[in-house]
Amino acid sequence: MTRRDATAKKTLAKIEALAKAVVRDIQKKQNPRIEIPLRTLSNITYNARKKIIEMGKETQERSFFNVSQARKFMQTFLVASACKELIETGKTTSIRDLYYMTKHTLGNSKVNTFEEQDESDPIIEDLEVTLDALREELHLFANRKGLMVGPMTIVDSGDTIDLRRQGSGGWGVPSIVEPNVIKFGKHEARYVLLVEKEAVWSRFNEDKFWKKEKCMLIHGGGQPPRGVRRLVHRMHYELGLPVYVLVDNDPWGFYIYSVVKQGSINLAYESMRMAVPRARFIGISSRDAERYGIPEETSIRLDEGDHRRIRQMLEYPWFQDKKWRRELETMAKSNRKYEIEALSRRGISFITEEYLPRKLAEKDWLE
Amino acid sequence: MAKARRKAGEQLELLKPGPKARKSSSSQKTTRKTREAVKESAARSSSSRAKKAAVKSSKKSAAPRAAPAATAARKASASPATTRRTSAPASRATAEELAQRQREISVSEFFSKNRHLLGFDSPSKALLTAVKEAVDNSLDACEEARILPEIVVEVRAVEGAPDRWVISVEDNGPGILKTQVPKIFGKLLYGSKFHRLKQSRGQQGIGISAAAMYGQLTTGKPVVVWTRTGKARKAHRMEIRIDTRTNSPVVVSEEEVEFPRDHGTRVEIEMQADYSRGQRHLLRYVEQTVLANPHLALTFCRPNAEPLVFPRASEEPPKEAAEIKPHPYGVEVGTLMLMAKESKARSVAGFLQTEFSRVSAQVADEILRNAKLPKSVRLKDVAEDREVAEKLRQGILATKIMAPPMNCLSPIGDELIRKGLISFLNVVEEEEPEEEEPSGRSSRRAKAKEKTAEDKQAEMEKAAADSMPPEEGEEQIKGKRFFIVSTTRPPKVYRGNPFQVEVGLAYSPDWPQDQPIRLYRFANRVPLLFQRGACAITEAVVRTDWKNYELAQPKGALPVGPMALLVHIASVWVPFTSESKEAIAHYPELLSEIRLALQECGRKLAAYIRKRKAAVHELRRRSTFELYIDEVARSLHEIVGADEEKLRGRLLEMARLATGGDRTDEILDRVASRRRDEFEGAEAEEEYR
Ligand SMILES: Nc1ncnc2c1ncn2[C@@H]1O[C@H](COP(=O)(O)OP(=O)(O)O)[C@@H](O)[C@H]1O
Ligand SMILES: [Mg+2]
Repeated sequence: MTRRDATAKKTLAKIEALAKAVVRDIQKKQNPRIEIPLRTLSNITYNARKKIIEMGKETQERSFFNVSQARKFMQTFLVASACKELIETGKTTSIRDLYYMTKHTLGNSKVNTFEEQDESDPIIEDLEVTLDALREELHLFANRKGLMVGPMTIVDSGDTIDLRRQGSGGWGVPSIVEPNVIKFGKHEARYVLLVEKEAVWSRFNEDKFWKKEKCMLIHGGGQPPRGVRRLVHRMHYELGLPVYVLVDNDPWGFYIYSVVKQGSINLAYESMRMAVPRARFIGISSRDAERYGIPEETSIRLDEGDHRRIRQMLEYPWFQDKKWRRELETMAKSNRKYEIEALSRRGISFITEEYLPRKLAEKDWLE
Repeated sequence: MAKARRKAGEQLELLKPGPKARKSSSSQKTTRKTREAVKESAARSSSSRAKKAAVKSSKKSAAPRAAPAATAARKASASPATTRRTSAPASRATAEELAQRQREISVSEFFSKNRHLLGFDSPSKALLTAVKEAVDNSLDACEEARILPEIVVEVRAVEGAPDRWVISVEDNGPGILKTQVPKIFGKLLYGSKFHRLKQSRGQQGIGISAAAMYGQLTTGKPVVVWTRTGKARKAHRMEIRIDTRTNSPVVVSEEEVEFPRDHGTRVEIEMQADYSRGQRHLLRYVEQTVLANPHLALTFCRPNAEPLVFPRASEEPPKEAAEIKPHPYGVEVGTLMLMAKESKARSVAGFLQTEFSRVSAQVADEILRNAKLPKSVRLKDVAEDREVAEKLRQGILATKIMAPPMNCLSPIGDELIRKGLISFLNVVEEEEPEEEEPSGRSSRRAKAKEKTAEDKQAEMEKAAADSMPPEEGEEQIKGKRFFIVSTTRPPKVYRGNPFQVEVGLAYSPDWPQDQPIRLYRFANRVPLLFQRGACAITEAVVRTDWKNYELAQPKGALPVGPMALLVHIASVWVPFTSESKEAIAHYPELLSEIRLALQECGRKLAAYIRKRKAAVHELRRRSTFELYIDEVARSLHEIVGADEEKLRGRLLEMARLATGGDRTDEILDRVASRRRDEFEGAEAEEEYR
């Protein structure tokens, strides 16, 4: 508890310092401004040694007397003041909640402080990097999505939970999974299997794949949220479990894998705590269709967006590995992509009974 | 009403020519030349200025063309006596011969056959034509007498006759000698201005007697004239009728009367007309006449409406235009021959020197040298030998001759154009923008729109705005802002004819933004109300790229924007496209001068609009900042406990300074405050771009 108080105090001090600097600017009749580390590709470096994406030192200025920045400037301090209130009252809330807390109409105009949550989420991320404070330190969490089952017992906020007994529903992964919230207990797991979508996760759970294989089965509903990524990271480093990622055979699936592995551009400042550079891409590979007899008619043609994404990814320094380039180029050339569900053509449990066991046995993965 | 109109139509029908005499449009053209010829001959027989008459008329229709004109005249006239000369070679027809033949035309017949050319083609246009003739005369007379004109125009209903109206025009001019009144009002084509090379209004008309005759033919009533030539003199009231067979006046009655002015004239003509249809033209004529004559004070009394009072915008009478001799460069072969024939000079050199401007003895010699004519060449040869005349003309063109004197021009002048525009905008009734025909829909909609949007804004801003010092070139008129600029080009010469172009431009950010501009065209201060599309002025406006000057402009059309544009061409001889004298011909020299003048004004306009746009932009920025200031102040207060009100005040002040400060408010004529509702207006304004 004391550790928590100390963190809170530190975070509060950071928020106040940010506001004080701005008040000083105003008193000196200077354009009030703050410096925000850039969360863009241009300010990202790939650390080849650590094999993770890192944020650079570039910052962007956000000043009030600049028409294109005034609104964001206002929003930044609106969010900062809301976070201050959360910290002071010792409450934690979702970023969706924060959006509603801070949304209201401005004066007698028809303009709102925020029009959509899409507008407030990036402001929170700006604040995180500006204050060098983690989201949970601001007493915020993302909407939870993501489920986990497996041969492990954990303690979640003091409650002991046996992940072997979660029925068909599974345990919902919270946004904050730091050691003070989630503690790992006894387990027999040999590895972590992260699948892209809930439907696939359900198949694996119903077939009790995790029991047979002794693995932690987790999904993140598309691009996995921070909680899921952080949990995977912790299991990898604290429990020494290898991580396998099963995603659709399309550019977006590959990108999910890449985020799990090296981190994302947007949250590059969190890579250290989230990226698992040794995560393995188990499927679906572009060559699998042939090898596993997946009929061509289950494929989907790539659209212009897919091709663009492929070209983009080929540019990223962390996509320069030959095997990777071959995957992407093969896909682009064949002009075909496959969803994981395409394997069901070979039988509903083909994926859990044949495909994955064989891939693992043959060590047919990319790393 | 419809019945009245029909009845009017029927009555007019009586005046129309029989099918035999009704000619194709091409013959209509020539008939007009006939009219000039008639005018000329009439003048010749009654005026000592015969020589000048010849010069003047042949200037317009050169001698070679006089023959077909004569033919047309003969056809038009019912007299078989004239058919004899049909085969006469063109160049042999002299003014005298023409005069002899044409005297036999019955004036009333001539008139009825040419009604459409004389401006009495429809009962709705008749009122305008008659008023125009009388007002133009009043203005010309006052100008010559150096009197500041004061004119009262009145249109009165005639009891019991819905299709009859009385037009009455009263002036404070020099008056007319009693002995002259009959001829002026009772004899067709009798006047003092036709035979001169001088910038005047009269030449554009047909003469007041034609209006009187129209009245007489449609109502049987004589024209009534009151006139007084001085304080010590008696005023006279005379009723004059025209004997249409002989084209001579008949004095119906004559009496000494009281007249409210020391000197002046009042003319009243009762006529069949359609006021409800014609009032629009009439109003436009009156308004635009005032616009081009800032020294004129005019009152317009209309049936069932408050009188419109146009006060004088300037106490300064226009500069008097001098009469000049023609410049040699403008003369055509036929004219040259005719002039030679008329001249009393004894040698060709003498002829050149006395009949033309800017020809000295040396220049005359040089012309003869360049013409490769022996010094001994006789004037008679020039008059009779087309080849000699042509050589002489070539000689003229090969000789460098000084430009004609420019004192024959009387432009309105920069300052007065501005004043004219201001008082025009102060009085002008906001009707639809100028249009050929009342193609109701778009214009009527515009009017409705104008009302609501403007009234609201005007009310809101007026109180505050009136106390603000206007921008340079900006005027407050009826609660609206106007940016007014004008340009007077230096005089230029076209084919020996001096002319001068003037442009005045009034732009109002408070006018509707999406209408084509209002274009007002003038020649020698007379408004051109019809045939806009055929006019060189319109063409010059359309061909100017107004996008350079911050106005929208559909391809090949007038620019769109809240602007009134005045274009005036002053010249001793305005080249009209046709007999109706409603559009100016497309001469390159004219077009280029008009465009230069438009560009000059356009550049100033652009600077003004850009400044406003920049200020509107600043205001938008300010409002953006203001929108967020409360929130920022509150958040900062909540985080560090700083004084929220102080922060707010500081930020508001900073926002103002960061967006041009008070200057922004001034340019937009806005009270320096943070009223967002006002900003809405500015925003709506920027929308148009
Ligand atoms: N209101 C008037 N005051 C003084 N003189 C007038 C007036 N109206 C007409 N006149 C004289 O009568 C002449 C004939 O007028 P009009 O028939 O209209 O021909 P124009 O105007 O072409 O000369 C004028 O030239 C002018 O001398
Ligand atoms: Mg006249």
